Amino acid sequence: MEELGRGFVKAVELIVSLDAEVVEITVRSLMISATSCGIACAICFPLGGLVHFSSFPGKKLFMSLVQTLYSLPTVLVGLFVFVLLSRSGPLGSLGLLFTPAAMVIGQVIFVSPIVLGLAVSALNGLDIALYDAAVGLGASKFQAVLQVMREARYGLLTAAVMGFGRAISEVGLSLMVGGNIKGFTRTLTTAISLETSKGNIELSIALGIVLLVLALMVNLVTGWLQRR
Amino acid sequence: MALIEAIKLEKYYQGRQVLRGISLQIDKGEVLALIGPRGAGKTTLLRILGLLELPSRGEVYFDGVNVTSSGRLRLWARRRMSFVAQKPVVFSGSVRDNVACGLKWRGRNSKSAADRIEAALGLIGMSEYADRDAKALSVGEMQMMALSRALVGEPEVLFLDEPTASLDPVSAARVETVLERLIKLRNMTVVMTTHDMGQGQRLAWRIGVLMAGELLQTGEPREIFCSPATREVAEFVGVENILAGEVVSKSDSLAVIDIGGARLEALTECRLGDLVWVTIRPEDVTFARVREQTSARNVFRGVVTKVAGVGALLRIEVDCGFPLLGVLTKKSAEDMGIERGDEVYVSFKATTVHVIRRQQLKL
Ligand SMILES: Nc1ncnc2c1ncn2[C@@H]1O[C@H](COP(=O)(O)OP(=O)(O)O)[C@@H](O)[C@H]1O
Ligand SMILES: [Mg+2]
Repeated sequence: MEELGRGFVKAVELIVSLDAEVVEITVRSLMISATSCGIACAICFPLGGLVHFSSFPGKKLFMSLVQTLYSLPTVLVGLFVFVLLSRSGPLGSLGLLFTPAAMVIGQVIFVSPIVLGLAVSALNGLDIALYDAAVGLGASKFQAVLQVMREARYGLLTAAVMGFGRAISEVGLSLMVGGNIKGFTRTLTTAISLETSKGNIELSIALGIVLLVLALMVNLVTGWLQRR
Repeated sequence: MALIEAIKLEKYYQGRQVLRGISLQIDKGEVLALIGPRGAGKTTLLRILGLLELPSRGEVYFDGVNVTSSGRLRLWARRRMSFVAQKPVVFSGSVRDNVACGLKWRGRNSKSAADRIEAALGLIGMSEYADRDAKALSVGEMQMMALSRALVGEPEVLFLDEPTASLDPVSAARVETVLERLIKLRNMTVVMTTHDMGQGQRLAWRIGVLMAGELLQTGEPREIFCSPATREVAEFVGVENILAGEVVSKSDSLAVIDIGGARLEALTECRLGDLVWVTIRPEDVTFARVREQTSARNVFRGVVTKVAGVGALLRIEVDCGFPLLGVLTKKSAEDMGIERGDEVYVSFKATTVHVIRRQQLKL
C-alpha cells in the first residue's frame, strides 16, 4: 500500500514536470487513435448513409452482425492483422508489422463496427421526412443525403468520439501488431501493461492517470453531444 | 399546353393498388385542389406529380417534357417546384437558416439571397421570427416557415399536401389566409390536397375529386357541388337530398322520375328506364303553408319532421313521400309559423334537380 502511495506521488511529479517519456507516449497514443478513428469515420459515415438510404435483402441481419461486432475481442483483431501483415502473410511484403501503421489498421477494424452502428442509428433517429423535404426544395439526391447527414451531426460526432474512446483504451491489439517498441509503437496502454510487469510502477500510474483523464474527457464530450 | 400532365398513372404499394389510371392536366397559373377522404390516394398522387415518387405505371410531363424516369430531367423539373408536406419538417438552425434552404439547392446567386430571405419571411409575416430556433416554433409557425421556405426560391409550381390538416383551428385559419393572399399575389401554379371541400372551394379554381384511387371528377368548385358526377362525389362534397329513382317518362329533356311512389320532374339527358340518383340542394327548396300558384314543376305536400339549426338559418326536414331537407331563414319560419308536425307545401323547379345516372343497381 505504501508502495502505491509513493508511486502515486512520483507519478504526479512525472506528469506535472511534463516528463519527456510520458509526453511522447501520450502524443503518440493520441495520434494513432485519432488517425484510426478518422479513417474509420471516413469509411463508416458514407457507408452508414448508404445502408440507411438503401434497402437491400439482409439489411436487418447485416445490422445485427455489426452490433454483434461491438464486442469484438481485440486479440482476435490482433491475430487477424498479425496474420495479414506477417512476413509470410498476404500483405507481408509491405513490411508493416510492428509499425504504427499496423496499429492503425487494427484499430480501424476494431472500432468500425461501433462507428458504423452508431452512425446508422443516428440517421435512423431522424425524421424520415427530412430527406423528402430537401428533395421537395430542389435538392438532388446527393444534396438531400448530405443535408440529412448534417442534421445527424451530433449523433455522428458521438459515434466518432465513442470510436476514439475505444481505440485509445484498447491494449491487446496494439501489443500484438505494434510490439510496444520504445519510441516507435509504444502507447499509453501497451506501456502500462509492460512497465507494470517490469515493476516500473510510477510510470505506469502516471500513464494510467493520463489515460483516465482522456477517458473522462471522452465521456464528458459524449454526454454533452447527447444532450444536444 | 398544360404545365403538368399526368397520363394514366397507376400506383401499387406491396401489390395493393392505390391509384387507378389517373390522367390529369394542370395549366400554368391555375390553382387545383385534389379533394377526397383520408386514404383516397391524394398524398400519393401529389407526390408523384411533385416528382417525389415514381408511379408504378404511367407518365408525368412537365412543361412538355416527359420527366417520368430520367433522374436528370426530374431534378431539372424539381428545381422549378416546391413541395410542402402535411406535417411540417424543420431543419436544425434558425428560422432564417431554414428559409435559406429553399435557395441553397437551386443555385440562385447568393448576393441577393439575404434580401430574398427577408422578403420571403415578410410575405408570411414572420420577419421578427428570423433568428429564433426553428425547432422551438409551434406547429402552426413551423408550417408558415415551411411555406416561406418553399416560396423563397420563387418556384413556378407549389405543391401543398393538406397544408392545414396537422394544425389547430386558429393556425389553420391563419395559414389559409396567408395562402389565399399568396395565390392572389403571385402568378404561381398551385396544386394542393385537402379533405375539406370548404377549403378547396375557398382556395382553388378547379377541384379534382379523388376517391379510392380514382379521379372521379374535375371541374370548378360550383360545378362539382351543383352537378356531382357520382353519388359518392355528391355525398363527399356535402350534397344533401340524395334520392334513388327511375326515369319513368321522358319527353325532350324533361323527365319524370319515380322516387319510391312520389314523382318529380327534372331536366336530364338520362333515358327512359334509367336508374338514377337525384339531388336537390336544400337552398332550392321553397316552403309554403298553403298550395300556391307557382311556376315550380315539383310541388309536394308533406309533414315537418324536424326543425334544427343555429343562427339565422333553420334546416327543415319534411316527409313528403320521400325525405326532403330544405333551409329557411329563422325569420320566414317564424312568419309562416312552421313547426315540427305541421303540414307544409314544398316546391322546387325542375331545373334545380340534378340527375346522376346510376352505374349499376346497388343492393
Ligand atoms: N409508403 C407507403 N407504403 C404502403 N402503403 C402506402 C404508402 N403510402 C400510402 N400508402 C397507402 O396508400 C393509400 C393512399 O394513401 P395516401 O395517398 O396517403 O392517401 P391520402 O393522402 O388521400 O390520405 C392508403 O391506403 C395508404 O395506406
Ligand atoms: Mg394524405
